[in-house]
Amino acid sequence: MSTTIKPVNQKAWFLILPVLVCVAFSAILPLMTVVNYSVQDIISPERRVFVGTEWFAAIMRDEELHGALLRQLTFSFSVLMVELPLGILLALAMPAQGWKSSAVLVIVSLSLLIPWNVVGTIWQIFGRTDIGLMGAALQGLGIEYSYTGNATHAWLTVLLMDVWHWTPLVGLLGYAGLRSIPDAYYQAASIDGASKLAVFWYVQLPKMRGVLMIAVLLRFMDSFMIYTEPFVLTGGGPGNSTTFLSQFLTLKAVGQFDVGPAAAFSLIYFLIILLLSFILYNWMQRVGTQEKGGAHG
Amino acid sequence: MARIELDLAHAYGRNPKQDSDYALLPLRMTFEDGGAYALLGPSGCGKTTMLNIMSGLLAPSQGSVYFDGVEVTRASPQARNIAQVFQFPVIYDTMTVAENLAFPLRNRQVPKAQVDRRVAEIAEILEMSGQLNQRAANLAADEKQKISLGRGLVRPDVTAVLFDEPLTVIDPHLKWQLRRKIKQIHHDLKLTMIYVTHDQVEALTFADQVVVMTRGRAVQVGTAAELFERPGHTFVGHFIGSPGMNFLTGVAARNSFLIDPVDLPMPPSRTLPPGELKLGVRPEYVSLVAPGTPGALPMSVTQVQDVGTHVMLCASFAGQSVKARMPSDAAHFSKGDNVWLQVMTEHTCFYQNEEIVA
Amino acid sequence: MQLTLEGVSKKAGAQSWLYEMSIAPRSNAVTVLLGATQAGKTSLMRIMAGLDVPTHGTVKVDGQNVVGVPVRERNVAMVYQQFINYPSMRVWDNIASPLKLRGEHGIDQRVRELAKKLHIDMFLERYPAELSGGQQQRVALARALAKGAPLMLLDEPLVNLDYKLREELRDELSALFADGNSTVIYATTEPGEALLLGGYTAVMDAGELLQYGPTAEVFHKPESLRVARAFSDPPMNLLAAHATAGGVQLDGGPALALQLPGSTTQKLTLGLRASALRVNRGEGDVDLIGKVELAEISGSDTFVHVATQVGEVVAQLTGVHYFDLGAQVSLYFDPTQIYVFDAADMLLLAPVRGGGR
Repeated sequence: MSTTIKPVNQKAWFLILPVLVCVAFSAILPLMTVVNYSVQDIISPERRVFVGTEWFAAIMRDEELHGALLRQLTFSFSVLMVELPLGILLALAMPAQGWKSSAVLVIVSLSLLIPWNVVGTIWQIFGRTDIGLMGAALQGLGIEYSYTGNATHAWLTVLLMDVWHWTPLVGLLGYAGLRSIPDAYYQAASIDGASKLAVFWYVQLPKMRGVLMIAVLLRFMDSFMIYTEPFVLTGGGPGNSTTFLSQFLTLKAVGQFDVGPAAAFSLIYFLIILLLSFILYNWMQRVGTQEKGGAHG
Repeated sequence: MARIELDLAHAYGRNPKQDSDYALLPLRMTFEDGGAYALLGPSGCGKTTMLNIMSGLLAPSQGSVYFDGVEVTRASPQARNIAQVFQFPVIYDTMTVAENLAFPLRNRQVPKAQVDRRVAEIAEILEMSGQLNQRAANLAADEKQKISLGRGLVRPDVTAVLFDEPLTVIDPHLKWQLRRKIKQIHHDLKLTMIYVTHDQVEALTFADQVVVMTRGRAVQVGTAAELFERPGHTFVGHFIGSPGMNFLTGVAARNSFLIDPVDLPMPPSRTLPPGELKLGVRPEYVSLVAPGTPGALPMSVTQVQDVGTHVMLCASFAGQSVKARMPSDAAHFSKGDNVWLQVMTEHTCFYQNEEIVA
Repeated sequence: MQLTLEGVSKKAGAQSWLYEMSIAPRSNAVTVLLGATQAGKTSLMRIMAGLDVPTHGTVKVDGQNVVGVPVRERNVAMVYQQFINYPSMRVWDNIASPLKLRGEHGIDQRVRELAKKLHIDMFLERYPAELSGGQQQRVALARALAKGAPLMLLDEPLVNLDYKLREELRDELSALFADGNSTVIYATTEPGEALLLGGYTAVMDAGELLQYGPTAEVFHKPESLRVARAFSDPPMNLLAAHATAGGVQLDGGPALALQLPGSTTQKLTLGLRASALRVNRGEGDVDLIGKVELAEISGSDTFVHVATQVGEVVAQLTGVHYFDLGAQVSLYFDPTQIYVFDAADMLLLAPVRGGGR
C-alpha cells in the first residue's frame, strides 16, 4: 500500500508566480531566442532560412575558434598551476587566531573586492613603461617589456594579473579548510615525531582535500569565462594572442554580427559550463558526506 | 617505561587568590613505572589538564614534572617520548594500517627490516594482522582507536601511554572488547599507562590505582577495593558505585547515632566523634532484616526497579531516602510497603565535614 | 492519545533503513527503543514525530491517519542528544516559548514551576551557552515538558553527559515521566538504562523491530538470540550445545537435564547471563572448570573472564574478588537459569522467574 502524501499547500505555487515571470522574461525567453538564432541564417530582418545544425558544424570547424579554445585551456591550466600552490602557501602562512588573523584576512581579501574592469585598468597602467611602476622598473632592468607589442609579455601580464586578483580566494578557502582540522591531529603528529613537511603532506593536505577541490573547480570555471580583465588590459592583443573564448564569442556575435555561429557556439559554451557545474555539484556532495563520516572518527 | 612525579599547580590567571582560580590545586603525586592508573572525575575536574601537563601539551603555571627523576616540565611530548590516545581516533587518512603503525619509526630513521618486524609484532598484539594493507580511513571507530594506540606502542622505548577518554565514540558492545584489549596490553607489556575518564567502570576495571578528582583537587588515591570500601570523602562515596553511597544525616552521641527519631546503637568496637555526622552505607551492603533488628531503620518503599541481574529498592524514612541492592527475588515489594533496612553494618562509614572520621 | 504504527517501513534509494514493523506504544507510559547505533531508532522516532514519511505503512493517532501531516500540526515534543536550545534567548524565554506560542496565561508561574522541578530555577536569567552540558539538557527538557504534548520523544538525551550526571538525570526523568500524562518514547543504546527506566521496551537491530513488551519481560524472556544479544550488559555468554534424550549436552562440556518443549532442532545455543555464574557451589549446580584470563573490578562487581572447556565465559560476581591471571578456577551455575535457543536462534526455554537460588 503506497502512501499518498497530502499536498502541503497549493497556495505556494501562486506565491512564486511573480518570480517565474521575471525569470522567464530575463532568462528563458532570451535563451530560446539564442536557440532560435543558432538554427537559422538571418540574411536580413525579413529573410530567415532554417539551416538546422549547419552553424554548429561550421563553428566546430572554425580555425579561429580552435585557436581561441586552445588559448583558453592553456590559460586556465596555467592559472591553476600557479594559483593553487600559491594559495595553499598563503593559507599556511596566515595566523590562526587573534587580532592578527582578522587583520590579515581583511588585507588578503582586498583584491577580491575590486571591480573587475578596475583590476584591468590598474594593471594596464601598472604595466606601462612610461608611467607604470612595473613597466618602468622592468625597463630600468634592461628588459624590453611591452604588453601591447610582445605576445609573450601580454600573456604573462594577464596571467600575473589573474594570480594577483584571485589567489586570495584559494588562500581563504584553504584557510577555512585548515581551521577545521582538530588540534589533536597536530598533537599526535608531534608525538609521532613528524617533521613540518610530513605534517603538511600527511595531515594538512589530506584534510584540505575537500576545500581544495572546490577551489580548483571554482578557479577553473571562472578562468574559463574570463572576459573583463584581459579585455581592459590588452583588448585581446597583440593580434589575438590574448583573445580568450568569451571575448572571441562576443566579437563574433556583436562585433561581426555573425549571430548564427555565435549563437551556436554560445549554446555549446553553455553546455560546457553546465557540465562543469554538474561535476562541481557532485564533488561537493561527495565531500560533504565524507566530512560528516570523518568527523565522527 | 618511566616513573612520573608531579609537584605542581595550574591556575587560570596570573595571580590566583582563591581555589576557584585554579584548574589544578597544588598537588604531589607519583605514578610508578609500569603501573596502570586512572584519573576519574566529572567534567571540569581537571583530569584532562593533568594529563596534558604530563604529556607535555600544556605547561603548568607553577611547579615541575619529573620523568625518572629528570625534570621535563617544559619538554615537548616528542622529547618525553610519550604516546597519547585521544577522544576520537587520530589516524593518517592517506596511509594504510601498516604505514600508520610504521610512521613514528620511519620518522626516526629506523631501518626498514626492523620497522616491518615491529609493525608485525604490534599488529599481532592488536589482533589486526589481517588488515595491515587496508586503507586506515575505511575502518570502524574501534579499529581506528586501536591503530592510534598501536602507533604509541610501536616505539620500543615509549615512556608512558596516556589515554584521554578513548572510548567516547565507541559503541557500547565494542567498549568491552577494547577495554579488555587495553588491559591485556598493560599486562603483557608492563607499560606505565594513565587513563582519564568520567566513567567509573572504565576507571576501576582498568587501573590498579585510581585518582578521584573534583574541582581541581585529587580527593583520594586508591585501589578499586579501597575506594569502594572506605571512601575518604563523601564525594568519593557518591561518585564510585552505581548508584553511589547512601548518606543519612544524624547526630552522634557517645555510643549511639541518632537519626531522628530513631536512635541506632553503635557496636562497642566503634566510637564516633560527637556532633552532626553523615552515615554512609553502600546500597550493596544494605540488607533486609526483621523488624526491630538493632542498626536497622523502619522505611517505606518508594520504588522497586528490576535491573535484570538484581533489584533496586528505594525507600524513605523521615525525609531521607536510601537505596538498597537486593537479589532478584525481592521483586515482590511494591510502593508503600513497610520494610526494615539495616544501615549500620561493618561496611558503614561516618563523615564529618565531608571527610571520613570513622 | 494512542499512537499506532502499522506496517511501517522506510527505504532511501536501495537502502532499507527500517524493515516492515508495527508497534503501538503503550499510552501514557515510557517506551524505550533499545538498539545499537544504526539500528533504526532515530529513523523510527522521526516517523513517529512526523519529521519523515514512511515509504509504506500508516501512522495513526487515535485512529486517524496522520501520515503527511506536517510536524508543526502534530503535538509533539522532542529532546535531542546535542542539548538543543535557542541560543539567543535566555533560559526563561526558552522554557516559555511553547507556552507563548499557544497564547497561554500564567506563563511565568508555569516556567518557574518547571524550572524548579528540574533544578534550574537559579539560571532563568542566563543564556544556554553559559550553562554546563547537564544544565543545558535540563533546559531542553523543561521546554519539552512545558509544551505538555501528548507525545514526547527523547533521542539518547543523556549520551553526551558524564556517567554520574547521567545517573542523576535518569532518576529525575523516571520521576518526571511517572507523574506526567504523555506517551514517552526514549531511545538508548544502553541496556542498563532501559532496565532502570522500566516501562516498556522495543528492541531494535539493523532496522528491524525484534520484540516489544514490558521491559522486565523482554529482558527475562528474549524471543530470539538477537534480542538476548542486544539486551545484555555485560554480553550474555553463548555456548554451543546439542539436544540429547535427557536434555541438553554442552559441546565439550557437561550434560544438563532439562525438559525441552516438543521436538527441537539438534543444534542448540545455550545462553547464560554473567550474573548466573558464581564461585560458590550451590545445590544441584553444574560446574565449569577453566583458567582465569582477566579480572575486571568495578567496585560493586567483579567481572572474571575464564577460558573453560566449553568456550570463553564472563562471570559477574558481586563485590571485590581478586584472581591471579592464569589461575585455575571453578564456576558454578544453576541449570534452571539457562536460556536455550534453537538452530534458528529462537527461544525454546527461559529461566523461571522467582525460582532458582
